[in-house]
Amino acid sequence: MIEVQQVTYAYETGKTISFPDFKVTGSEPCLLLGESGSGKTTLLHLIGGLLKSQHGKISIQGTQLATLSESALDKFRGQHIGFIFQKNHLITALSVKDNLRMAPYLSGLPQNDARIKEVLTEVALTEKSDAKVTALSHGQAQRVAIARAVLNKPNVILADEPTSALDDKNCMSVIDMLLDVAKQNNSALLIATHDQRLKSKISRQIML
Amino acid sequence: MNLPFLVWSYLKSRPLNTALNIVLLSLGIAVITILLLFNNQLQQKISDNARGIDLVVGAKGSPLQLILCNIFHIDFPTGNINLKEAEKIAKNRLVKKAIPMALGDSFNGYRIIGTNRLYAEQYQAVLSSGAWFKEDLEVAIGSNVVRALDLKLGDKFESTHGLSAEGHSHEENKFVVTGIMAPTNSVLDNLILTNVESIWAVHETHGEGEEHEEHDHDSITNPSLLVSSVAAGDSTKELTSLLIQYRSPMGAIQMPRWVNGQSSLQAASPAFETARLFSILGVGVDILKAFAYVLIFISGLSIFIALYNSLKERRYDMAIMRSMGASRGKLVAAILMEGGALTLIGALIGLLMGHGALMLMGTLIEETQKAGISGIVFYPEEWIILVGSLLLGLLCAIIPAIQAYRTDISKVLAGNE
Repeated sequence: MIEVQQVTYAYETGKTISFPDFKVTGSEPCLLLGESGSGKTTLLHLIGGLLKSQHGKISIQGTQLATLSESALDKFRGQHIGFIFQKNHLITALSVKDNLRMAPYLSGLPQNDARIKEVLTEVALTEKSDAKVTALSHGQAQRVAIARAVLNKPNVILADEPTSALDDKNCMSVIDMLLDVAKQNNSALLIATHDQRLKSKISRQIML
Repeated sequence: MNLPFLVWSYLKSRPLNTALNIVLLSLGIAVITILLLFNNQLQQKISDNARGIDLVVGAKGSPLQLILCNIFHIDFPTGNINLKEAEKIAKNRLVKKAIPMALGDSFNGYRIIGTNRLYAEQYQAVLSSGAWFKEDLEVAIGSNVVRALDLKLGDKFESTHGLSAEGHSHEENKFVVTGIMAPTNSVLDNLILTNVESIWAVHETHGEGEEHEEHDHDSITNPSLLVSSVAAGDSTKELTSLLIQYRSPMGAIQMPRWVNGQSSLQAASPAFETARLFSILGVGVDILKAFAYVLIFISGLSIFIALYNSLKERRYDMAIMRSMGASRGKLVAAILMEGGALTLIGALIGLLMGHGALMLMGTLIEETQKAGISGIVFYPEEWIILVGSLLLGLLCAIIPAIQAYRTDISKVLAGNE
């Protein structure tokens, strides 16, 4: 569960944004909507512990992020939060399978090839397991990024514009998959987007 | 998945860049290795070959030439000295041991040395088969000579005048192999030893019908200290040189001055002349070393630029790894490991190339073979090369690693950096 309370963030430029209070649970995915520059990505990074807010409280599964040391936060992030970005940011030097192996390795969890096979099946990419990520289409790469984000069975999945660069067919396929894997893992799913196509799929929306 | 695998994957993903950096470094390391192996072995050989010889007395000329010819057998004699004068030196109270040397002939490029058993004892030589030379024209041959010329006990051969195979052949006198020396790892391995009288015999000019002079040891009442078959004070006989060992350190002070005071003689100290030789060779070695260091510096610079640029390309990778739970320390370790791996691989290949090049030289170049320079020798300094290379890699990676440490992942992921 994600819990955001009275959070404000001041940019280096001096601009300050105050975010609304909300909770997201595993049973109800949520869209974070707003125009460019409204602070969607900033809020996702605050929730993911990539940025620190000046005021307010952000909790994941009851753990307040501000109370964690940097190294504890790194570990917590790896084990409890899955990130998906607009650009898939896969490591091009590695194969699909090795990209997935990075998730448990970097978060200090045991590496489990059976789990990798399982998530690749969930995103329908088992045959691409040994492929270089440079050989994948944009849609396939985004599915690998989803598989990587859910591999550690995170409590929270944070997706930043995951469908903006996809055509309608791929957009629907990816969002269905994301909803499906979040449901299977009982992960709280928060999607920051200005992609209007997603409104038909996710009813709960927070406007910034 | 682990850090070395990740680092290796990154290196493999840029094959040309990685190969270029490794080749640059390995060339520099190979040159350093060749110089190290060659220099160390040469110094070792020179000091081994000159051990126990305090002074070389020969005809006037270049003192370095006197040493190179009579100890290392790689130059031509400066001339001859009179046996009577040589005896005078051998009898000096400061001389513990005096070994006569008569040079001038060779067989297929291998030198024939007229001397006595003291010379072989100087290098602790023992026979692997046969017997030491007793009569004229009997020879004991070194282990490299046996291998190169395929000689065996009882074989006969004609010597040629001078030190090359193309010299005038002494057809009238044939040497016979009576002994084969076990390897000594010294200059002796490349020599053919006989008594001094044999050298005199092949160089005597006989008139028609004149018979070779036989030695009558019993008829000599006062034999020469250096060559027992001739009478002491025989001024008709000549030697090439005399190898001297002092009885006491006082010899080093008095003997050279005393010998050089004799009008036709020259004394040369092996220690002094080899030090001079190394200082002359040192200039060339230093130039080669400088060249190697320039190569290593360029390679270090190239590795730094490669890591710096790859870090720019990989800032998203770094940021995504942080978002997946990687600590800053893990990213720093990955960059440092990449720099270290590049230089370590380069150093290992360079060391192999250096050893391989010397092994090849030993096979293809006869002089290297004769000098006993080998590629299958390892020195503790090679560990310093390995550790030094590793440190170079870490040094090149420090700035990129600090940048990785300071990366603002949020800005990178948001596309603002």
